[in-house]
Amino acid sequence: MTILRRLVHGVAPRVLWMLVGLLALLLVAPAVLDTYGLSVLILILYFAYVGQAWNIMMGFAGQLSLGHALYAGLGGYVAAGLFTHYGIGPWAGAFAAAAAAALAGAIVGYLGFRFSLAGVYFALLTIAFGEFTRIAFDHLDWFGASGGLFLKVDVAPNPFDLRGGPLLFYYVILALAAGAFLLCRLLLESRLGRYWLAIREDAEAAQAVGVPVLRYKMLAITVSAALTSLAGVWNAFYYNNLFPETAFGMSRSIEITLAPIIGGLGTLFGPVVGAVVLTGLGEVFTSVGDTLGIPGIKQIFYGIALLVIVMYRPAGVWPWLAARFGATERRQ
Amino acid sequence: MTSDFLLSLAQAITKGLLTGMVYGLMALGLSVIFGVMRVVNFAHGEMMIVGMYLAWAGSEYLQVSPMLSLPLIAAVFFVAGYALQRGMISPFIGRPEHQQFLLLLGIALVLVNVCLAVVGPDSHGVQLDSQFDSYEVGPLVLDAVRLHAAIAAVVIAGLLWLFFTHTRIGKSIRAAADNNMGALVVGLNVKRLYAITFGVGAACVGAAGALMITIIPVTPFLAAEYTLLAFVIVIVGGLGSMTGALLGGLLIGVSEAVAGLLVDPSLKSMFSFGLLILVLLLRPQGLLGKRGT
Amino acid sequence: MTGARLEIAGIGKSFRGLRAVHDVSFAVPAGAIHALIGPNGAGKTTIFNMIAGVYAPDTGSIALDGHVISGLRPDRVCAAGVGRTFQIVKPFKALSVLENVTVGALHRHRELGDARHSAEGILAQLGLYDRRHQLAESLTLPDRKRLEVARALATEPKLLLLDEVMAGLRPTEVDVMVGFLRELNGKTGLTILLIEHVMRAVMALAAEVVVVSYGEKIAEGTPAEISRHQAVLDVYLGEENAA
Repeated sequence: MTILRRLVHGVAPRVLWMLVGLLALLLVAPAVLDTYGLSVLILILYFAYVGQAWNIMMGFAGQLSLGHALYAGLGGYVAAGLFTHYGIGPWAGAFAAAAAAALAGAIVGYLGFRFSLAGVYFALLTIAFGEFTRIAFDHLDWFGASGGLFLKVDVAPNPFDLRGGPLLFYYVILALAAGAFLLCRLLLESRLGRYWLAIREDAEAAQAVGVPVLRYKMLAITVSAALTSLAGVWNAFYYNNLFPETAFGMSRSIEITLAPIIGGLGTLFGPVVGAVVLTGLGEVFTSVGDTLGIPGIKQIFYGIALLVIVMYRPAGVWPWLAARFGATERRQ
Repeated sequence: MTSDFLLSLAQAITKGLLTGMVYGLMALGLSVIFGVMRVVNFAHGEMMIVGMYLAWAGSEYLQVSPMLSLPLIAAVFFVAGYALQRGMISPFIGRPEHQQFLLLLGIALVLVNVCLAVVGPDSHGVQLDSQFDSYEVGPLVLDAVRLHAAIAAVVIAGLLWLFFTHTRIGKSIRAAADNNMGALVVGLNVKRLYAITFGVGAACVGAAGALMITIIPVTPFLAAEYTLLAFVIVIVGGLGSMTGALLGGLLIGVSEAVAGLLVDPSLKSMFSFGLLILVLLLRPQGLLGKRGT
Repeated sequence: MTGARLEIAGIGKSFRGLRAVHDVSFAVPAGAIHALIGPNGAGKTTIFNMIAGVYAPDTGSIALDGHVISGLRPDRVCAAGVGRTFQIVKPFKALSVLENVTVGALHRHRELGDARHSAEGILAQLGLYDRRHQLAESLTLPDRKRLEVARALATEPKLLLLDEVMAGLRPTEVDVMVGFLRELNGKTGLTILLIEHVMRAVMALAAEVVVVSYGEKIAEGTPAEISRHQAVLDVYLGEENAA
């Protein structure tokens, strides 16, 4: 009960009803959407979820990670490897995946924080670990090396092994996204969350009021990494294949950061709004690109859209929307 | 160890040193920009391949060799860099890193995909008369194109050094880099200096691109690789240090060439990233960088 | 809240061979208000940073109520009962005034609601209650100084280190702050050590004054004694002549 009370504490009833309505809409959406519509919604929820996970580290605790593909990739590979080699289903595999990613996060974090790397330097360290792991996986035969790891697709649908059609994956990613949203709300409304915000704003001042800065930064990166790994597990089973190049690549890391940055760092709705904006733009530009038939045109529009957003809404789309429509979530 | 092996090792090191000079010039651009403005140019590799494409186009359609088109490309890059800084990057100086990152990421996406849209995904190289020439120094054989590119890179770096040490603008830029507030107080036009700096940094990478196209063919997919490579080099050498960037370029050039000889070539960049991690942790100011606060 | 005794014994600190503080000893009895004064660059803030755990002293030791705190991390020093403000204020800019102080209060109150409640009480005492929903970055400098004090107090310290909290305040505002600190000290017995250039505040608050110059203690005594002390006058007059 206390958890429930903490979740809704200080939230306007109007906002609560809107959220409940949104969830209800999402629950029944597959009934009215065609395959394409469902796939777009799946993409939105995926970016909302993984953005929420990344936001814990950057938006809450203020540590810029540009190597989060490391955790998503590890998660996907661990769960897929266990499934392919030992027949261990992804629901159990997810625990191993989260543990592996949390450990990797702890290593990156401990080294980075212990050696006081901040800002750009920390970001470059996270990139380096991601790239290092990518190349290592190119040579790990157990994980299929550079040839890729493929999951069996010719099996009967079985939700316990996360084998099935888009509908199954839709509800799983919806549960993850909604769960992450609630979890982040709980975290923010607790001592842990407030300490993260304090560290983000000024680590020295935070330490002076008794915040064990290193321990709380470590918590941020391990929680963020573990949550990110679940997105990797889901991703691996949704697409049925894994390649080091895509699983650990720099572009995967970048794509994880975009929704929260564009939506609004450190806010709960930022990653969600950002995911809608990004996926929407992506789909529009894809169809424009297909019509024009020029390679790269989609990415050019996409790049221009990023530039426009960061130049005119550097704090993100959500805080601006919220101010316009009189909602009250401040940048936490 | 046989003398054959030693010879091929020496050969690889020489080759790495020559390529490393060009790497160094590319990284120099990144280092100058960061050193002065504290902005990490995430579009650096993308700018590099634009330089490569321009030099390729000059050679392909106008029959101008990259060495001759280089000054023009550098000039174009200077102007473009100046304009880019003035028009887009300037408001982002001093802003949070993630905003700068997003801005430059957008620029990078546009640059690389314009290349893709205009030229397509295939790789393009230039045909040079000196392609198959080589110089023999004792037992070592030096590719003529590589040697020419390396010499040109050293000359350009030397000119840059003269610019920073012997011209009024160059000295002002260094002053602005050392102490932004101080520069503001003595009345330097910091905005203009920043724009010139970005122009100079862009000219470096454009010139490096013109040289690089003589060594390897260009594809759009090289861009991200060069961005990462430039990061590795400047961190290893010391972000903001000019000699550090050149030294880092040589070091990475040699380590790539030697790793390519000794182990699986696909593992070669693992060494670079391993080195990057070690340097970040143990000597984040880089091998030659000044220890900051 | 009750005060704790601070005892500093022969502490010293060098930065890259440059001697910032050398062999400084003094004590502040429980419940007393003392001041640390001296020209700019004399090493006052370095002494504060050693007490607060930012630096470990190279030599000597610092004890709070007999427990050695030198060498502990800042958060441990805070847990031991030391609250501090920063000379260059460090508010959590994007958080509200209330949230700033709540973060401090979370040190002793684990529940967010309790901490917030405690923070509101402290804000009321410092006259910041009406501004509690403003973002800290929107505060004026005097208010930011008060916020620093409020946040430090929220950790319920036994010793409060105040680094130039009067600087930049108007005389009337200085008087308000002096009044607040004297009342706080009178009511709770909190020990206070302040670095201050505003002599009006030092004279009004401090029972004893420690003077440092070039990293060494050159005098110690009541404000009245100090104002007649030849070495102190030399230091300050020397500074004025140079300026």
